[in-house]
Amino acid sequence: MPTLRDIKRKINAVKNTKQITKAMKMVAAAKLRKSQTRMLEMRPYADKMNSVIASLSVDGESHHPLLIPRPRKIVEVIVMTSDRGLCGAFNSNILKTAAKFISERKQEGFNISVSVIGKKAFDYFKRRNVAMRESWVGLSGKMVYSDAQKIAINIIDNYINETLDEIFLIYNEFKTVMTQKVSIAKILPLASIEKSEETTGLLTSFIYEPSREDILNQFLPKNIEIQIYRAILESQASEEAARMTAMENATQNADEMISKLTLQYNKARQASITKELMDIVGGVEALK
Amino acid sequence: MENKLKLEIVTPYGLVFSDEVDEIVASGSEGEFGVLPNHIPFFTTLKIGILTYKKGNETGYFFVNWGYAEVGPDKVLILADSAEKSEYIDVQRAIEAKKRAEERLKQAEKIDHARATAALERAVTRTQVAEKKRAK
Repeated sequence: MPTLRDIKRKINAVKNTKQITKAMKMVAAAKLRKSQTRMLEMRPYADKMNSVIASLSVDGESHHPLLIPRPRKIVEVIVMTSDRGLCGAFNSNILKTAAKFISERKQEGFNISVSVIGKKAFDYFKRRNVAMRESWVGLSGKMVYSDAQKIAINIIDNYINETLDEIFLIYNEFKTVMTQKVSIAKILPLASIEKSEETTGLLTSFIYEPSREDILNQFLPKNIEIQIYRAILESQASEEAARMTAMENATQNADEMISKLTLQYNKARQASITKELMDIVGGVEALK
Repeated sequence: MENKLKLEIVTPYGLVFSDEVDEIVASGSEGEFGVLPNHIPFFTTLKIGILTYKKGNETGYFFVNWGYAEVGPDKVLILADSAEKSEYIDVQRAIEAKKRAEERLKQAEKIDHARATAALERAVTRTQVAEKKRAK
């Protein structure tokens, strides 16, 4: 039976925790609003870019290295997580999917190369002694377009040098504030982009100004940058949403715990008062 | 839908414009081009410049800062790094930017010439677009 003082101490501790989780929830909500608008603004651009790529890539032969499929040997998996924890299942979902994806590819006989974005993924693979080709950590929450550019340049170089034959990006896609979906996106090669509905009906080929190769040279790397940047924005919004939900739950749990403990505290207090009364009554009885 | 063009202008900062129009004139990297419905498929890069569209007897102007244009028989898709409608251009800011760029260009040698020229071009084009609207 814990004493009154023990219970009181416990209540205070839970109250402190609740204050922290509540504050974290509020911060996450504010950050979410910002990154969510940024992401929603970006979405149409990235989508349109994909549909343009789709219509360009079905339009005639191309000798552009980023469009030519080649036998796959080395598959790169880029795993995108956050740097910070306390965001529910956000990171563990990603890592679980990544681990499954990697082991499946290994069984199919591909060589796997792993790169990570975010400290949580870095720690995860380091703990498991998985060699990482490249890691970008300490950026989450403040990633800007030039970071996406750096990543894009890195993978394009490696793809052209044929050190990587296929590149996947695993990240959290923002669905709603309550749900995030783990998404596996193929970044390279581009040739396999499915023909989207919007591009149907264009049977005559395009006229290009300047030349087709010039345009592809500019446009393809740009598209990769944009797709990576979009994934970064999605992931950031998802992270804040996940954190907000997790902190909301934590605050609720704390509330529940406080009310339970308060009940226990009051019961114990009453029991002690009853006991004291009994003592007094007993004493009076004895004096008679 | 017949004899109409669906003009869509998309930037990394959102969908700027989406409507059915009759005619479009834009500045491509190889020169200005006009688009009427039933144009053959055409793909070009855009430089800093003015995009004009006509819808009935309404004419609108956009400032477009680099990008790509995909032209189909019944649609024009503009993917721009940034784009502003003439009404929303901050003329004061553009004029100041123009002054800054001109001053920097005078100092020669010490500066990133390409960057300053681009800044000047942007500022000048912005003011032009804004003026077009007012002149009407």
